[in-house]
Amino acid sequence: MLELKGISYQVEDGGKQTDILRGIDLQIADNTFVVITGPNGGGKTTLAKSIMGLVKPTGGQIFWNGQDITDLDITQRAKLGVSYGFQQPPRFKGLRVRDLLELASGRQKLSRDACCSYLNRVGLCAADYVDREMDASLSGGEIKRIEIATILARPEGLLIFDEPEAGIDLWSFAKLTETFRILHGRGKNTIVVISHQERIIDLADEIVMISGGQVQRHGAKAEIMPHLLAETAGTCSFLQPSTCEKKEG
Amino acid sequence: MAENKVDLRLLREIADLEGTPKGAYNIRKNGKLLSRSSNENIEIVTKEDKPGIDIHIKAGTKRQSVHIPVIISETGLDDLVYNDFFIGADCDVVIVAGCGIHNAGTEASKHDGVHTFHIGENSKVQYVEKHYGEGEGTGERIMNPQTVVYLEKGASLQMDTAQLRGVDSTKRYTKVVVKEDAEAVLTERLLTHGRQKATSEMDVILAGRGANGRVISRSVAQDQSEQVFYPRMIGDAAGFGHVQCDSILMGQAKIQSIPAITANDPDAQLIHEAAIGRIAGDQILKLMTLGLTETEAEEEILNGFLR
Repeated sequence: MLELKGISYQVEDGGKQTDILRGIDLQIADNTFVVITGPNGGGKTTLAKSIMGLVKPTGGQIFWNGQDITDLDITQRAKLGVSYGFQQPPRFKGLRVRDLLELASGRQKLSRDACCSYLNRVGLCAADYVDREMDASLSGGEIKRIEIATILARPEGLLIFDEPEAGIDLWSFAKLTETFRILHGRGKNTIVVISHQERIIDLADEIVMISGGQVQRHGAKAEIMPHLLAETAGTCSFLQPSTCEKKEG
Repeated sequence: MAENKVDLRLLREIADLEGTPKGAYNIRKNGKLLSRSSNENIEIVTKEDKPGIDIHIKAGTKRQSVHIPVIISETGLDDLVYNDFFIGADCDVVIVAGCGIHNAGTEASKHDGVHTFHIGENSKVQYVEKHYGEGEGTGERIMNPQTVVYLEKGASLQMDTAQLRGVDSTKRYTKVVVKEDAEAVLTERLLTHGRQKATSEMDVILAGRGANGRVISRSVAQDQSEQVFYPRMIGDAAGFGHVQCDSILMGQAKIQSIPAITANDPDAQLIHEAAIGRIAGDQILKLMTLGLTETEAEEEILNGFLR
């Protein structure tokens, strides 16, 4: 189980304190598929990064499988099975797609078949990509899909995806939702996805709505979905049927 | 062949040799010939007017290799050698050179290798050169290689040079003349550390219509080391040239990268790109989320970059 107790995060901006996260309490049971949604700038990415250790909260505690991981660094959390797919993954000159998949899987040598299976699951024709460098020759959408493939290659545990749909085309998106559905169906991972996509939200067991650095709503999909639709109707909706550019929230 | 463990290690580092090389070879140790083998297609002969060898490769020689490593284990040695390659037309050969210095003493050990290649029409040559230094002594390990290549019509050269650690001072000069429809791809990999200094100067001359030149330089400078690059691409004919220099800075190191492109023909197409910077923080973080420590992540990034 993932448990967040009173997670807060403050930053100082021009001598002024700003609260990005304001005492977030959250419990996510094992093997649950949770979608975190909410308006841009509401604190979703900061919260996800806090779980991975990429952001150090200024207050609160994080427990994973009963262990207090608040003071553990990124590497230690990764070794406990926490994984995080970046919203804007970095490129690497020289490192190949295969290298990243091997590092992600923790195995020295990953068979070509294994690499291909991860890449196929994000809609990439594996033979064209396994030996390619993770450099500027790959498009943003390709890098993003490879990023998701590295998370699929990770050991089982807690898989966090930060806007996995951002920047990928409609055809790949269909493949991606199917991959998430199958992944969840296997029942071996706790999946947390930051998303605004109805089709991804539709896969969720639970929805967490975050706004203004606080959990506004958290509950079963059937319970939260009507609120989401009502609260976004007639305003600038953050529930969008297709991908669009969003800043990190 | 090799006389002791140091020799074996040096040969392994610079030429991936575990025993006697297959094909023709010439192994030079401490300024003298250690062993040599010629064959029907590849003849290696000692120069009479100056130190060094001439390597003659018969036209039409395919899938053969020549190893010409140099090893130095004597402190204070100043070794200058001239190696000239005469490669006939329609060949397909691999040439492995390189120098390894083990300096256990207090005086500088130095190797200056001057290589000249005449590559015949439609021949394909892969030239691999590794430089490596080691030894517990305080004496400097110095290497100043010069490589001059003449590529005839339709010939191709893939030149891969690597100097990863251990060489205190190096001044490299490379000149390649690329004639009609010939192609030269030069890949340079360099890692300096401590107070090492390295300078690499290159002239790639596109001398005939359809000539193709490409320079890919990847370097890492750590600690207080210093590197300077002057890759120059000169388009004297309607050819295509591309210079790409990427460097990673670590510690307090300094790098100067000064690519130059000169078009002396209106149909020459030349591009240069140069970038210097530290390892991006998000690259380290990404690899840490995969379970690597910060140090392991840095190593992985460098190994990939210098592959």
